[in-house]
Amino acid sequence: MLTFTIRRLILAIPTLLFISFIIFLIVKLSPSDPTAGLPLTIPPEVRAQIRESLGVNDPLFVQYFKWLKLMVWDEPLHLFEGWTGWNAAPDDGARIISYQTRSPVTELIAQRMPQTLWVVGVSYIVGVLIALPIGIISAYRQYSWFDQIGTFISMLGFSVPTFFTGVLLIVIFAVNLGWFPSVYDTTHKVTDWDSFIVQLKQSIMPVMVLGLFNASQMSRFMRASMLDNLNQDYVRTARAKGLGERTVVLVHVLRNSLIPVVTVIALNVPAIFGGAIITEQVFKVNGIGQLLIIAIQSGDIPTVQTVSFIFAVLIVLFNLAADVLYGVLDPRIRYD
Amino acid sequence: MTDAQGPKQPLAASAGAAPMVEPVPGAPPRNQWWSVWDQFKTHRGALLGLGFFVFALLFVYIGPLVWMIDPQFIDIRARNSGPTLAHPMGTDQLGRDTLARMMAGGQTSIAVGLTAMALALVLGTLIGLVAGYFRRLDGILMRMTDLFLAMPLLPLLLVIIMLFRDHLRITFGPEGGIFILIVFVIGVTSWMQTARVVRGDLLALKEREFVLAARSIGTPPHLMILRHILPNVMSPIMVSATLGIANAIITESALSFLGLGFPSDFPTWGRLLFDATDWLQQNPERVIWPGLAISLTVLSVNYIGDGLRDAMDPRIRGR
Repeated sequence: MLTFTIRRLILAIPTLLFISFIIFLIVKLSPSDPTAGLPLTIPPEVRAQIRESLGVNDPLFVQYFKWLKLMVWDEPLHLFEGWTGWNAAPDDGARIISYQTRSPVTELIAQRMPQTLWVVGVSYIVGVLIALPIGIISAYRQYSWFDQIGTFISMLGFSVPTFFTGVLLIVIFAVNLGWFPSVYDTTHKVTDWDSFIVQLKQSIMPVMVLGLFNASQMSRFMRASMLDNLNQDYVRTARAKGLGERTVVLVHVLRNSLIPVVTVIALNVPAIFGGAIITEQVFKVNGIGQLLIIAIQSGDIPTVQTVSFIFAVLIVLFNLAADVLYGVLDPRIRYD
Repeated sequence: MTDAQGPKQPLAASAGAAPMVEPVPGAPPRNQWWSVWDQFKTHRGALLGLGFFVFALLFVYIGPLVWMIDPQFIDIRARNSGPTLAHPMGTDQLGRDTLARMMAGGQTSIAVGLTAMALALVLGTLIGLVAGYFRRLDGILMRMTDLFLAMPLLPLLLVIIMLFRDHLRITFGPEGGIFILIVFVIGVTSWMQTARVVRGDLLALKEREFVLAARSIGTPPHLMILRHILPNVMSPIMVSATLGIANAIITESALSFLGLGFPSDFPTWGRLLFDATDWLQQNPERVIWPGLAISLTVLSVNYIGDGLRDAMDPRIRGR
């Protein structure tokens, strides 16, 4: 199992290198000038010197490796230093600086990560908690009215885009009924019971929008996987030796059906971060997705590169986690 | 009944007149697409979906011939009005008719969906066929597919559009440029599933006897792929085509919703929804129409895909 994990880990490195190169290249190849934002009064020869000092004229690979070193070595060290107070980071002052705020991008991301993690994490848990029972009951009572309604709603759930459900919920619950606030206030601090209720109220809509979207995909997987297992021989054996129906379904079948579903749960995590970009925009959550959008709209290339790279790392990491998890859960997959 | 009587009639005719008649087959061999359609008809959701999709096509392409108001016409005195007889879906903040804008927006949305799907399909099928047929290219092409699957697509799409939007606008005009850009980026980022499915099917097909027979009579590779293999992988391709339309429409609306898609004077459904969210307090029903249009179109296409998948599966068909 250890060799399997190590092998997957080593395979993930070239993938990440390649993706980081693509991210770097897209920005590099784009016909934009890093000195375009500077005042027009700067004479051309000074402008050329600024370009030289920014390293624009270096060979492409030199530029790429410099950027990569900053991204995967220096910046994490700075973050580490900020958390622990140890003097770990290099002192040459090279950081990835946002064009907009003139502060290091990692600090911006660190400020915005908690909001995103809260909304995304809670909605993911809510989604899984909704999806699993629906999938199990739908499969166990296939073609019943519960199954018909369940499959229709899950079809609806992943056909209706989150930016429409979000806006619809705002129209109904914030504009017409006035139950929940339409804007997520991230400066709100939970100190006592009342402020906790406020926090709950403002999280309900974003969490439900993302959670229902996930639940609709996951319940389909759960249903299909349960259906695959319900007709297997071992289920008949379990029934034949007199086990109760509850034990057969919830212990024997469920455990086997969860194997593919668990990997799907892991694989979908990056997708939900992508979905969070839109949800954060709808509910004005100032998370990492909104940071990306603002950075894109104002042409803040270092921030865009860093956030995209973080998304890529997330995808590769969770793919890896799904692979390893599959190996742990299903001994047939390991080839060591 | 008619099928059973078919072969008898020429016999009866030949007994009276000419003694030598070519044996006429009872019924012409049925095209397989007819049996696919027969199975498809039994899927209620798919039929409804097809009905709605046809309706949507008629609405956006034939509709402007009936509802003749110019979507760009500004009637500032009638701005922000609710549904009236003159404007059945109301007007926006400049007094432009929402119904006409829905038709114009739908044209772009559906055109983007269909073109991007076609591009993704061609790319995916090509890569899948080449990877499956030529063993030497298999490894490298499939690694490339895996790499594309591991990319953060939405951020990348946004970055590409941000960086190249202005230059394409200058080259191809404000509307053509953004159309080409969006279709291109959606197409080149959604071919991977098709390629995987096609390659997987092809690997199984290659071991079949008819492929061996075709090879033994010296069929060159390009004819082999076109005549023998492609028709056999049509069904997964068609299913992924429907999913591709849904995916492209959603992605385009999401981009427009984030303000990085089509401009406001050349709207799509996603852009109309985005513009309407600023007027949520005064005019909440304005968000409903484009949102409903996107959702129902995607839902109908997904149901068509579901029905097609069932209808194309010969194990289910005929039961």
